[in-house]
Amino acid sequence: MNSTQLIIKGVWTDHPIFRQLLGMCPTLAVTTSSINGISMGLAVLFVLFFSSFVVSLIKKIVPSQVRIAVYTVIIATFVTIVDIFLKAYFPDISRALGPYIPLIIVNCIILGRCEVFASRHSLGVSLIDALAMGSGFTWGLFVLGSIRELFGAGTILGFKIMPAFYNPLIIMILPAGAFLVLGTLVGVMNKIEQKR
Amino acid sequence: MKDNLKIISVLTIITVICGFILAFVFTSAQGKIQENQKQAIYRAITTIVPEAENIQEKTYGEDLVYELKDKNGEFLGYAYVTDGQGYQSTISILFAVDKDIRDILGIDIIESVETPGLGSRITEDAFKDQFKNVPLAGIFEVVKELPQNPHQIQAITSATVSSRAVVSIVNAGIEKLKAILKK
Repeated sequence: MNSTQLIIKGVWTDHPIFRQLLGMCPTLAVTTSSINGISMGLAVLFVLFFSSFVVSLIKKIVPSQVRIAVYTVIIATFVTIVDIFLKAYFPDISRALGPYIPLIIVNCIILGRCEVFASRHSLGVSLIDALAMGSGFTWGLFVLGSIRELFGAGTILGFKIMPAFYNPLIIMILPAGAFLVLGTLVGVMNKIEQKR
Repeated sequence: MKDNLKIISVLTIITVICGFILAFVFTSAQGKIQENQKQAIYRAITTIVPEAENIQEKTYGEDLVYELKDKNGEFLGYAYVTDGQGYQSTISILFAVDKDIRDILGIDIIESVETPGLGSRITEDAFKDQFKNVPLAGIFEVVKELPQNPHQIQAITSATVSSRAVVSIVNAGIEKLKAILKK
């Protein structure tokens, strides 16, 4: 499989959120605004990239019996680095994402890509796969967050979009809104794929 | 036996390396993190009491109280950070009182994870301003209709739990500060 195919797979045909339905906890919980969506997406992209890097490098020396434990330790290390970094340099984002940053450790996209891809492929291909899947996750969260922020607060990235008379639909920011938007987007993606 | 040894050594080496990396990252960022927390508190104090230009930290046992003075050295009052259980997680509140703890000058929410769009509105000025310059004759209480006196705090629509949490945290905080300063 060449790198173009890998990228198309990650950002569209095997999209981690809309096609594989992985990482639902952060997807539903943090996408109350576009900025939260992007920040979460980028944090996952960072962790995924570096975890795939390390896992692909050490795949030959890790005994298969303890591979999941080793992956978890590596992922947890990078997640903690992200957590500390956000706290030190972006305290507002860190406060908004709260406990969901440490929860990236158990995000199944990362463990999934390490187990299915990075531990079986060479370094270069693994990094491309990680970048593609991470970008797919990021744009997915951004779109979800933007739609919910637009209808729930009338803004996107904090900028007023809706006319002044628009009365925000608070349900869009509540958990129920996350399910409504996610379900609709998954349906739209399926429809587009069927047509192809 | 040989396998076991390999398993143990690989796991140990990797965890030790990760541990060292984390220790390094943590120690290099720790100063910055504490600096951020301090700045957030100082920003909150100056929003509530704009005249406070000289803020001094005083420790009473384990408690940290901020003493506020204006630019002429005139003593303005105290600020104190207190926290308690909110709807989803801990709410951390800073409040400022005058020097005799007769009036509350205002409050600010330092940290909260309330429901976005509902409980999160406790951070809006419309809610916080209800605590501005109120004599501390009695404790604050939450009401749903229009407040009849300054000690009644109007709850935020569909966020009664968060509103109640803020009020009870402030009430408890004032008592605590009085006990600390023995006033």
